[in-house]
Amino acid sequence: MIAFWVLAPVMVLAALGILFVRKAVHAALLLAVVMISLAVLYAVLEAPFLFAVQIIVYTGAILMLFLFVLMLVGVDASDSVVETIRGQRALAALGGLALGLILVIGVGQMSLGPVFGLDVANRGGNIEGLANILFSRYVVAFEVTSALLITAALGAMVLAHRERLTPKPTQADLAAATVKAYAESGAHPGALPAPGVFARHNAVDTPALLPDGTPSELSVSRTLMARGVVRTPPRDVERHLEQNDPANDRADSRADSRADDRGGDQ
Amino acid sequence: MTEYVVLSAILFTIGATGVLVRRNAIVVFMCVELMLNACNLAFVAFARQHGNLDGQIAAFFVMVVAAAEVVVGLAIIMTIFRTRRSASVDDASLLKY
Repeated sequence: MIAFWVLAPVMVLAALGILFVRKAVHAALLLAVVMISLAVLYAVLEAPFLFAVQIIVYTGAILMLFLFVLMLVGVDASDSVVETIRGQRALAALGGLALGLILVIGVGQMSLGPVFGLDVANRGGNIEGLANILFSRYVVAFEVTSALLITAALGAMVLAHRERLTPKPTQADLAAATVKAYAESGAHPGALPAPGVFARHNAVDTPALLPDGTPSELSVSRTLMARGVVRTPPRDVERHLEQNDPANDRADSRADSRADDRGGDQ
Repeated sequence: MTEYVVLSAILFTIGATGVLVRRNAIVVFMCVELMLNACNLAFVAFARQHGNLDGQIAAFFVMVVAAAEVVVGLAIIMTIFRTRRSASVDDASLLKY
């Protein structure tokens, strides 16, 4: 019972978090919290087999699949705030609250009678007991499950497969296309500028500065642009100048002396 | 046992509300999984209440079906994302017209 009262608030809070967090990755991690807590509750409820299956299948396979797809779909997968149906969000929240109240009050009022417990059913071991039922009374459902799983695997393969309709461009094709683009629109045929060239940092999130001091958008990854974590170098430079302004003399004199030293060595 | 069923009801409600409120298809899918998990908790709790293992078998089958459903559903979301560059449920509205 202690496990229940510790885990139940954690699960409800994590589940509520799924409704409110903005990023899909955070929702996936909160779902992992709910699922692992559920696994512990299964163990408490005398279901050790389901405890293992919950962790292996749900947290191990299904959530990893979710995270894979989130990785492929990328950073632009944030929620839009626009409502296509007016007042839908408020109505949904109201309906959810009503459903929750009805369910909780209704379930809270019923009395389930004495708990039998699984001591008798689990006497020969939980897994053995499950296998006895699964391969006798539920054997047809079990066989149908195999058809379902094969269909699902085939369906996923068909949906994820993409036929190549045009031949794959060779290196010669790509080179010809680059030169053609240069001839037609003047696109630079060389490599893109590296981040941080002529800027104060050479980190990947710092765009390179063009000769006139403006940042070059070509030099930073589009993913970083979409996330909005790209630094604006001119502000960095200004801040640096401001910081050094009061102590201008000392910094200058030190720089001067160092320059002198170097000059002397040469 | 009642408190387990109440917890299951609360989780189911949160999942149902999430399906209606969230706009990202993947998060909507996660809320569906939350509802399935809530049902599983009720199944396992009732199995202990009644003293037989049928509820646990039912929960096991729910897990199998959920795994198959997630595989196909995520493949569909990937296909939609590939053609429309968006994972929002509002953008896939061509059938409306």
